[in-house]
Amino acid sequence: MDQKETRVLRGTITLPYQWALGPTNTRFFEEFQNKRIMGTRCEQCARVLVPARSFCSRCFRDMDEWVQVKDEGTLRTWVLINFPYEGQPKEPPYIIGLIQLDGADNGFSHFIGSLENYRIEYLKEKIRIGMRVKAVWKEKREGTIFDIEYFKPIE
Amino acid sequence: MARPVAIVGTGQTRCGKRLDVSYPELIREAVVAALEDAAISFADIQAVVTGSMPPPMEGVNGPHLYWADAMGAIGKPVIRVATCGSTGVSIAQAAFYHVASGLFNVVLAIGAEKMYEGEPQGTMSTVADPFFQRPFLAGAPGIFALQCNEYIHYYGLPEERVREAAALISVRNHNAALNNPYAHIKTRISVEDVLRSRVIAYPVRLLDVCPSSDGACALILASQDAAKRLPGLPVWVKGIGYCGEEHFFGDSEKVRWQSAIQSAKNAYRMAGIINPRKELDVAEVYNPFTFQELLFYECFGFGDEGKGCELVEKGVVMDGGDLPCDPSGGVLCTNPIGATGLQRVAEVVLQIQGKAGAHQIDGVQTGLAHAMGGMDQFNGIMILGKTI
Repeated sequence: MDQKETRVLRGTITLPYQWALGPTNTRFFEEFQNKRIMGTRCEQCARVLVPARSFCSRCFRDMDEWVQVKDEGTLRTWVLINFPYEGQPKEPPYIIGLIQLDGADNGFSHFIGSLENYRIEYLKEKIRIGMRVKAVWKEKREGTIFDIEYFKPIE
Repeated sequence: MARPVAIVGTGQTRCGKRLDVSYPELIREAVVAALEDAAISFADIQAVVTGSMPPPMEGVNGPHLYWADAMGAIGKPVIRVATCGSTGVSIAQAAFYHVASGLFNVVLAIGAEKMYEGEPQGTMSTVADPFFQRPFLAGAPGIFALQCNEYIHYYGLPEERVREAAALISVRNHNAALNNPYAHIKTRISVEDVLRSRVIAYPVRLLDVCPSSDGACALILASQDAAKRLPGLPVWVKGIGYCGEEHFFGDSEKVRWQSAIQSAKNAYRMAGIINPRKELDVAEVYNPFTFQELLFYECFGFGDEGKGCELVEKGVVMDGGDLPCDPSGGVLCTNPIGATGLQRVAEVVLQIQGKAGAHQIDGVQTGLAHAMGGMDQFNGIMILGKTI
């Protein structure tokens, strides 16, 4: 169709939020002070879920038995992030992993770090599904998920 | 007991970069096309079901309010459903409930997205909770590549073999899109092009990934009585299934993917399908990422667990195969997310009506439409057929 070019209006929306953690998430992050990763166990299905939950999604019961899990575990899967987007937590390239922490029955998402470079061939040598990884804690911890800097391969 | 429900009209817009029209104008384009296809007027519509991605996608935070005029919705009930990628199938199913319940005889289902207007991956990353998962979501490519990588290793398949099967899917879809007038990406590519394309989120490469598109899709659903009075060929909703799972990505298994398996089982049971591979003539599988489609074949019972690659290698799911998938070019070549699931339904309807034009498959009686959404959280299926 032969027609005049139409315009676009450019703009941004910036809105502040305050997200309530609730008692379970608050305690979970408090335990980071002592480099402890906590889960909760369901009385009915016996699963330990990390991060700690106030209720079990499958049994729909309260979960109030707190259990410390290890800050190391097994890599369930990983991805090399190699593209930019708005609000990204760090400059790409970087690696995200899903980690089955020892003592937990589910996967925990975090960065995989301490790598020399991000070439695919190097990564395929260094990172393997099923490998062991351990949390690297920040010196100064502020009660957020970033108190853990990343998980590093320990094999 | 649910009443029989027919789809009596479809309307799709041309997809791609649609900065030539405003959001409501894009909506109206699909609505007018669907009304014309069904040979009805907007006055015949009794209720409207709509949906799209989280509103920050376009920065208009009540999209259904903004679209009301363009949907012909004045004086009618309007609801908006939103389940991320599966939104389109959720819209179709919600519209189905309206008619099946007996409360409405003619209902408009409309979904749309204008992804060139905002920041799609930034928006999608805010789908996750702000405390634990948001930094590790990395938009759609991040989360789905995690699943793809797990799939590759789960059955101990050689990575090269899985990549090649995924590349064949990419080539199949790109070729098919050339024959679909509404498709966004229209490029002829080779397996080599896919294997060598840039890494987006390893193991996923550029040609394994869908585009961000602008586009809209509308369906008209009708009761049996209403359908009888219309000139077109009604396509019947034979079965539906929809399942969700936990918000925490690590809480459920993503290879033998329960929400995909269960939604298909529920839809097959309702449709009376025992052997999907034999009884389905076409499937529009939601595949924003090539690797995922292999996994879906297994979850939907098209083949055995861990045998997704074989279905590609033996041509079962390819053009001319036993169960051809994505003859429209699929999500891989066109993905205006709020419309994408509806496009899957619309494309199966066109195949059954014999109106798919250059990408028509001969003799389609029964087909499956699928969509998936969230952080690998939701799956929805609709089975459509020529007979009631």
